Amino acid sequence: MSRSPVSPQPYWNPYLVGALLGLVLLASYLVAGRGLGATGAFSSLAAWIADGVSPAQAAANPVHARYLASGSPLTAWLIFLLIGAFAGAALSGWLAGRTRLMIEKGPHISGGTRIATAVAGGAIAGVGAKIAMGCTSGQALTGGAILNAGSLAFMGSVFAAAYAVAWLLKKEWL
Amino acid sequence: MFPLSSTIEMSAGLEHLAAILLGFGFGFALERAGFGSARKLTAVFYFYDMAVVKVMFTAIVTAMAGLFVLSTLGVLDLAELYVEPTSWAGAIVGGLVFGTGFVIGGYCPGTSVAACATGRLDGFAFLGGMLGGVYLFAELFPGVDAWVRGTAIGEVTLPAVTGLSMGWWVLIFIGILGAASWGMGLAERRFAGLKPEP
Repeated sequence: MSRSPVSPQPYWNPYLVGALLGLVLLASYLVAGRGLGATGAFSSLAAWIADGVSPAQAAANPVHARYLASGSPLTAWLIFLLIGAFAGAALSGWLAGRTRLMIEKGPHISGGTRIATAVAGGAIAGVGAKIAMGCTSGQALTGGAILNAGSLAFMGSVFAAAYAVAWLLKKEWL
Repeated sequence: MFPLSSTIEMSAGLEHLAAILLGFGFGFALERAGFGSARKLTAVFYFYDMAVVKVMFTAIVTAMAGLFVLSTLGVLDLAELYVEPTSWAGAIVGGLVFGTGFVIGGYCPGTSVAACATGRLDGFAFLGGMLGGVYLFAELFPGVDAWVRGTAIGEVTLPAVTGLSMGWWVLIFIGILGAASWGMGLAERRFAGLKPEP
């Protein structure tokens, strides 16, 4: 008997998953009157940390203050959305045999380098999402579906920068 | 009738339950698409696997068509839906910075959650970096935040700007998706050689 590990199942057809994701987005609009999002949860978490460090300074900071205005930032809608997203992704990955502790990286960089690029990229994306007042979920998907012109400009801008930078970063991924 | 948030009074507990259920579908779909993997996500930037664009575009068109049909049937009031105010400067500058972070970090905020949920350590690193970036933005650049919000000009949608109704835009987007899926198939075959070893 072969002792090779169980190979993970293939991903679903992208157009099929896209339609499924679109229906989830539509359901969000129908139930909550708003679409999906992610960045706001990070903003709430950041405000909660700032409030823990110094309540007075957090309240005086105009960015944190927005997320402290209506009760504990940990009860924000998007925090619950991301808790659900974690559970949904965990179930999907586990059912498909894709869950394991590993580092996703290109073949020519070390694990340590990859962790560093992930932290740096995350920080840059965080700043970008704050400037754009949303990310690929809250702006591109959610705004795109309702034909929000700013969201469509954001999406074009994201892909323009990403394609340009990807050209310089072939070493990281290829 | 819809959105329910405008027609019925939801308790906080019910709202949170709805958020968890919607999030569950969101995360499940992201992982099924392969978006818990930074390599699958960044493949789109080297053209050998265009799944990111296929999924995003199909999701947008599906939701858009649903919103249009339901509002035409009179069961959904589009005016009750939240539309983020447009700031051209914020969208473009923020988009350029975000896109740079996306390709360096390998994830976007939502997909990094899917990566963490399937054990990807670089997903946790991205998540930590993202939280740090958002925290530092609030601490260091409240002026940038005020500037972006100051340049917001309210709700700007394509039907409002162009005078072309939402139904036409749905048809146009379906047409673009059809043409793009043909083009993406060509690109994937042309750049298949770029795919790195597993």
